[in-house]
Amino acid sequence: MGCIACAALVLDGAGVTLARKESSSIPVEADSICPDRFVGLGPTEIAALPVYYGRRKVTLGDLFEVEGAGAANVTVSGDLKAVKKIGQGMSMGRVTVTGDVGPHLGASMTGGEIVVQGNAGDWVGAHMSGGRIVVQGDAGHFVGAAYSGEPRGVRGGTIIVGGNAGREVGARMRRGLIVVLGDTGEFAGAGMLAGSVFVGGRLGGRPGAGMKRGTIVAFGEASELLPTFRYACSYRPVFLRCYLQSLEAAGLIESPGLPDGEFRRYVGDMNSGGRGEVLVRDQSQ
Amino acid sequence: MHINGVKIEDTFAEAFGMWGSRLIVTGDDLGWARTAAEAATGFATSIIGCGCEAGTNDLAPGELTPDGRPGVAALVFTTSRKNMEAQLLQRVGQAVMTSATSACYDGLAAEEKVKVGGKLRYFGDGFQRSKLLDGRRLWRVPVMDGEFVVEESFGVVQAVGGGNFFMMADSLTAALAAAQAAVAAMRAVPGAIMPFPGGVVRSGSKVSSRYKGQHVSSNTPYCPTLRGQEDSALREGENAVLEIVVDGLSEAAVAEAMRAGIAAACLPGVTRISAGNYGGSLGRFHFALRELVGT
Repeated sequence: MGCIACAALVLDGAGVTLARKESSSIPVEADSICPDRFVGLGPTEIAALPVYYGRRKVTLGDLFEVEGAGAANVTVSGDLKAVKKIGQGMSMGRVTVTGDVGPHLGASMTGGEIVVQGNAGDWVGAHMSGGRIVVQGDAGHFVGAAYSGEPRGVRGGTIIVGGNAGREVGARMRRGLIVVLGDTGEFAGAGMLAGSVFVGGRLGGRPGAGMKRGTIVAFGEASELLPTFRYACSYRPVFLRCYLQSLEAAGLIESPGLPDGEFRRYVGDMNSGGRGEVLVRDQSQ
Repeated sequence: MHINGVKIEDTFAEAFGMWGSRLIVTGDDLGWARTAAEAATGFATSIIGCGCEAGTNDLAPGELTPDGRPGVAALVFTTSRKNMEAQLLQRVGQAVMTSATSACYDGLAAEEKVKVGGKLRYFGDGFQRSKLLDGRRLWRVPVMDGEFVVEESFGVVQAVGGGNFFMMADSLTAALAAAQAAVAAMRAVPGAIMPFPGGVVRSGSKVSSRYKGQHVSSNTPYCPTLRGQEDSALREGENAVLEIVVDGLSEAAVAEAMRAGIAAACLPGVTRISAGNYGGSLGRFHFALRELVGT
């Protein structure tokens, strides 16, 4: 798989723009930066929406310059590394983040699209059930994972990470697709219930630990699998071509050639019923 | 009206409402895809004896298959949605799933669906797995060469069946040449198929018989060997007749296929082009030959 191609996803018209006024490492809980919250509001009303700056309740206008109106397109720029929960719970519209962004981006979203032209923090798309998140750079830990104590994480939608991602990508996901074009940390797909995790680079250690069902695909190298995974066969998975064709048609990946080669199929985790699978592309081809 | 000296009769083809589905059958190469699609659409010449009418269609130029492999479209026509489900279950289950390297996808963006993969999946004996991609559920059924991928449900639309035209010629050689030229031209029309062998039917029928329990019988007025014994619809010098039947996913597809076919069939040795109808009282769709070729 090639690198991410998001030219088609760049903001293409007027909408709301939010520019961070000052840099700060103080965490901002900005779940009000969400197209659903902007419906029918002008810049003054949007600027009056509440956010938490540390433990202080302030308004968006205190931290951001707000311009424009309309919920369909929202652009957020400036120092956003400490800004959390952008697009949390969104169901429609498009959010474009220029630069790096903090954790919980698009958590629990049900629809719409978020594009990050930079890196993202931990918990990207945690518990999302629809829509699409594209992170052109790297993402932190727990991409599409379930929060601690929650039995199920992502229940739908698509997350694409153009760079690397940290540990526990897609942990306990129930449905949906997570694509990491770079490397992943340990425990990708740990405890998966269903869904798909594709890794273009190196698949980190102990993938699929405790997975019940679901699919983890390593297009690059894979760390040694746990002994609770059994080798089944080498074959050409046709369904994989459907995914890659769909992603390529949507402009989300550039594929120099669909992988019609062989994949080694491992089934597991036998400790959890053994109905999941890890597919590792045969690098000898 | 004449085209290249061939008379186009002032008559019309009478066609009927049907239900249509379009399958995309893929394989490791085009040969395997075509093998699977042709097996699935085999023995599907006439709704009377086969339960459905079906045929293969090349993909539209630039049309990609869902898995990016070479593929062929298979069009299936039935008299009801219920029959469609039964036919697709049998044909996909017995002919596509059994064909090496095959996969089968819905090729219609239709609101109404019939469940196919959602039932065939039980062949997987509990080891079948599904994937939800872009709102479409795909079933992965384990088979001995890997996995058979089949879509959960297939679209079904109201369609048109029974468009037709006859080519009367002075010899069988001329009739065959005309029919083959017509079929070649018609195969380029997306959304239309000619369900009979090679796209051509020689045993046209009439809906009566002198035998009890026999509902249809040979179209004796068009049988050259019976001239002199029976009332004949053939003229002096006409020694062979071939018919082409067309089913389409839309009225426009049938009309375009007929237009292309009639134009291509007007070759030396062909005397007339005509069409079959029941006086216009039975079928909802009427395709006037002269209007078709005049446009």
